[in-house]
Order: sequence, then C-alpha cells, then structure tokens
Amino acid sequence: MQLYDMPDSRGHFGQFGGTFVAETLVEALDELRLMYEKYRHDPVFLTELAYDLKYFVGRPSPIYHAKRWSDKVGGAQIYLKREDLNHTGAHKVNNTVGQALLAKRMGKPRVIAETGAGQHGVATATIAARMGLECVVYMGSEDVKRQAPNVFRMKLLGATVVPVESGSKTLKDALNEAMRDWVTNVHNTFYIIGTVAGPHPYPMMVRDFQAVIGVEAKIQMQELVGRQPDAVVACVGGGSNAMGIFYPYIDVPNVRLIGVEAAGLGMETGMHAAPLTANSPVGVLHGNRTYLMQDVDGNIIETHSVSAGLDYPGVGPEHAWLKDIKRAEYVAITDDEAMTAFHSLCRTEGIIPALESSHALAYAEKMAKTMKKDEIILVNLSGRGDKDINTVAKLANITL
Amino acid sequence: MSRIKSVFATLKQHNKTALIPYITAGDPHPKHTVNLMHTLVKNGADMIELGVPFSDPMADGPIIQRASERALAHKVGLTAVLEMVKAFRQTNQVTPIILMGYANPIEAIGAIAFADRAKAADVDGVITVDYPPEECGDFVRELRARDIDPVFLLSPTTEPKRVELIVNQASGFVYYVSLKGVTGAANLDIVEVSARVAAIREQTNLPVGVGFGIRDATTAKATAAIADAVVVGSRMVQVIEASNEDNLLSNVAALMTELKTAVDAAKLN
Repeated sequence: MQLYDMPDSRGHFGQFGGTFVAETLVEALDELRLMYEKYRHDPVFLTELAYDLKYFVGRPSPIYHAKRWSDKVGGAQIYLKREDLNHTGAHKVNNTVGQALLAKRMGKPRVIAETGAGQHGVATATIAARMGLECVVYMGSEDVKRQAPNVFRMKLLGATVVPVESGSKTLKDALNEAMRDWVTNVHNTFYIIGTVAGPHPYPMMVRDFQAVIGVEAKIQMQELVGRQPDAVVACVGGGSNAMGIFYPYIDVPNVRLIGVEAAGLGMETGMHAAPLTANSPVGVLHGNRTYLMQDVDGNIIETHSVSAGLDYPGVGPEHAWLKDIKRAEYVAITDDEAMTAFHSLCRTEGIIPALESSHALAYAEKMAKTMKKDEIILVNLSGRGDKDINTVAKLANITL
Repeated sequence: MSRIKSVFATLKQHNKTALIPYITAGDPHPKHTVNLMHTLVKNGADMIELGVPFSDPMADGPIIQRASERALAHKVGLTAVLEMVKAFRQTNQVTPIILMGYANPIEAIGAIAFADRAKAADVDGVITVDYPPEECGDFVRELRARDIDPVFLLSPTTEPKRVELIVNQASGFVYYVSLKGVTGAANLDIVEVSARVAAIREQTNLPVGVGFGIRDATTAKATAAIADAVVVGSRMVQVIEASNEDNLLSNVAALMTELKTAVDAAKLN
C-alpha cells in the first residue's frame, strides 16, 4: 500500500500549500525549514519535547467515554479526546511548546504570535514565560474587546498584546500584522504560527507537533475498546486540532475523518466561516494556496462565527487536499446547533466545552443518531469553555 | 522592444535615472485615478506603478494599507483597475504602466485570463508581491508570451544564488527593496544599498530599480546616483491622503517636481 507522504519538499499538498510570500521573508523561511528538518527527528530535541509535553502540558490527555451523553443522544457511543485538560486549556500548547524549543535552538530571543480567541496567544505567552523569551502577541482590536479575560491572561504572563486596527480587525488581520513584524525583525524573532496555515514549513510543522493527539488516541482506543473508532470528528477553523487527530489516522482504513466548519448564521445566509463546505474558490492568502472565502475581485470577505477560533476565511492547505482526495469529509454546524451541544454536554457530562469544540460535538450528535449502539465516534474536545462564558452569558442576556 | 525597455534605453543615452511614482488605484476615489496618472506623467514620471487594492496587503505598511482600504470602500478591484489603465491609454500610449499587487486577485481571474486582459488594457509590467519565482513559473510564461514584463523584488536578505534564479525569470527591470520590513518604514542606508546594487549588477544586465524608504529630494537624489530607477510609494500616497479634492493634483505635482529635480541632478556631474 502507498503510504501517505505529504507535503512535497516545497510544502505542496497537490495544488495547495506552498510558499507564497514576499521576497523579504524567503530567507527566514528557508532558515526555519532547514532547522526544522534538522531537529524533527533529532533524539535530543524529541526527548526534550516529550518531557515538556508530559510534565508541563500534562500529557497524555485522557480519552473519556461520554456514556450518559451517548445514551441521551441515542445511537453510537461517543468518546472524547480531552485536549481541554491540557495546561492552558486547549490543544494549542502542544504546538507552542514545539516551536518555542525550536526558537531556542535557533537563538531567537523574541517570539511573536497572532491570536483570534486568545488561546494561541495565551499558549505562546505561557511557553515564552517558561523559557524566558520576549513575547509579542497581535490580536484584532475587535477580538481584544470580545476576549478581555484572555488579553489579561497574556499580560499576566508577561506578554505585550498589540491590538490590530486594520482590515476587519480580527484574526486574519492579526496574522497580517504578525507577518509585518516578522519581515522587519526577522534577525532576532521567531514567528510562532498557531494553526496549520501560513507558508511552508508551518502547515507541516504545526501538524507534526499536533499529531501527538492522534498518536495517543490510537493507543488509547486500542486499550479502551480494543479497536479504532468508526469516525473521528474535529472542528476546523485553520484546522490544527483536526490535523493533529486526523494525521495518524490517514493510513488507517475504515476510519472516517470528519472536519466540522462553522456555518455561523446558516450556510444559506453567507454569514459563515466554512470555505470547504461552501465550495469556495481556490486562492492565495497568508503564504499558501487553499480554499478561500472571497469576492469576485479576489478580496477576502468577512466571516462569521460565534466562536472566534473558527472565524477564519481560509483553511489549512492539507485539509483542502484531504477534501479533494476524499480522505476526509467536511461539514458545517451553525451557531445555534453548536450552542445546543454546548449546553447538552455541560448538563449531562459535567464538562464545559469550548465553543469551537462544540461544533464538533454538535455534528457527532447528529451522526450518532443515525448509527448503531456498538459503533464509535471519537470527538476531539479541543478546548475547554471557561474562556467562552462571557459570550454564552451575553447570548442569554445575562450580565456577569 | 517593450515600452519599459525602451524607456530605460532612452534614459541611459541621456545618463538619467527613471522616476517611478506609485499610487494605489482608486485612492482617494476612483474618479481621480486617471487624472492623477496624467499629472504624474506631466510632472516627470517616466513610468507609473499602479497599486491593485487588496484586502490583506501583508507586505505593506499602514500608509499603503489605508490607501487600499479607501479604494476598496469604492469597490475598486483588479477589473476596475484594468479599466483605468485603458482610460489612461486613450491619451497616453508611451508611459509604461506597471501593476503592483498581490497574488489572490490574479488567482481569482486565472493566470491566462489575467494575462489576456492585462494585454488588452495595454499594461507593460506586473509585480506580484507574494509570487516568488518558485511558485509562479506558469504565470511568468503567460506574461512573457504577451510581452508583459514580470518584475521581481530582490531584498537585502536575497542570497546571490536566489538573485540568479530571480533575474533569470525577470524582464523589464528588477526592483531592489532597500529595507527589511514593510513599505513606508524607517530610513535607508545608502552605502549598504549602493553595495547591494553593485552586487546585483554583477549578476544581471537588467536595469535595477530601488524602492522603500525614499521620501524626499535628498534620499531620491542619493538613490538616483546609484540606481536605474527610483520608486517612490508611501510618500506619494501620504501626500494623496493629506490632500482634499481641490489641492490633490497640485500637491502631487509639487512632490513630483521636487523628486524629479533631485533625480535629474543625481548624475549631472
């Protein structure tokens, strides 16, 4: 059997991915690519990474059988990969630990990051504090307002948070601004990208650091139920938690891989953040070629989702590829459906999920109803919902 | 011979450096763009770099970002920009027009269709900031098949081996970005730029333009002494931003006159 071996040496997944950047960034990306090649299989680097993942992050994260919720839903058994139990409350830290270790080895004393909901910013600020690196986080000024607790967390951790006022003042604009910083300060700065997007080698590197999720899951499912799940379900914004759990399963036959995008107010309204589900055209943004929400002139259009972490007009190039080769399926869940699943999990399992992860839960719930009781769905519960309580309260007209 | 090539040839005969102003199409309002282009030419522009507005201009600083936002507020996309070039060509068939922008608006049309439409509008060159040579081989072939010059950027961090790769794909001229960073940033180090330009000339016979950080007569003159072309972007856009309907053309003319005098003085001795 031909094993999955992507991307190619220049970061292409078929027509997707690549290195679409201004000339000023080419040298920095070449340097990063060479250093990552050097260390990705280096035993000392990997030992150090494993140590931090175990003792600092708290891995492995457990897999939990949501039995009461499965019974309530009626149908397949739903298992949860508990990335919400990681230090800092989401899967994001798996990647920031890896990239920060690389930054140290490259002798870069300063790290920068973009953030939407603030989870990647917090995870970056956390590891920067732990390693004694200067940290600057770019965040759209709209998101700074929406996610005040995470802004304060980053500041407590010693990071500088820079509100971005350009464009739509959200995640994509924060990414633009971080790129501009990197172009200017490339000699002393490492850019820690938080998702499987950006120019090569980021989509591959972030996937590799997040793949610990799927690697653990394969072992844990075998231990728990003696087999692999029938379907793996994960939410997709840029797509890092989904790539992390999908990747080790790509070569495992009979495991369906399902990515859940944000349908926002409904696909038919156009107010969503689901480029794959909407069959958006292919284009180039943030250093790679992928499916992109855009107008006829190729300008990026504004997205909508109740969850800031899914509010992104593109998607990681490897997801675009997995869609095209039909190895993964992509669907979308509305704000309302995600909110219903959010409350349902809170009340039946005593777990407050992140709004992002609630999209995956909502789709798992839909699927489970159509499946047999002895079938298994594994959901990547990518983060915890503490950060979202203000949003949820506001939707219910409650002042905290 | 392409328009760009012939302009450089003529200037060389007279021992002069080209002055290339940049404006963003549609800024401050689409109704001004063609008039602005004629004003630039009347006041000494040897070629014009016409920016294509884009929602996510990652390599630009705040000044040019704001210009893009003003243009996009009036829905000025690549199609509208090509119409402006056509309108300009009704009375000017000699000044080269170089489009400068990002890959996605071109991807949205498609490389072949874009090349056809750019040719039909009589565009002379195209700079695509986020199309490095490794990623745009097909696009370059389509442009060159229609005698449109693909112009590439070189940066202070571009290694000699990459310079070779780039100059082999480029035609018209190459554009040396004199600063690390985005457009409109800080001051330029003329000694360093001079050394870099000399090194680039060892690898190519193409004219070398220099841009980023040229803000006034002093920097324009210093740059013009060592380059084949001087590109002025953020400063030009800043003057447009600070103008109103009544003084827009006269302010731009005044800046052009200042820059042209400086550029022409550079190689006099």
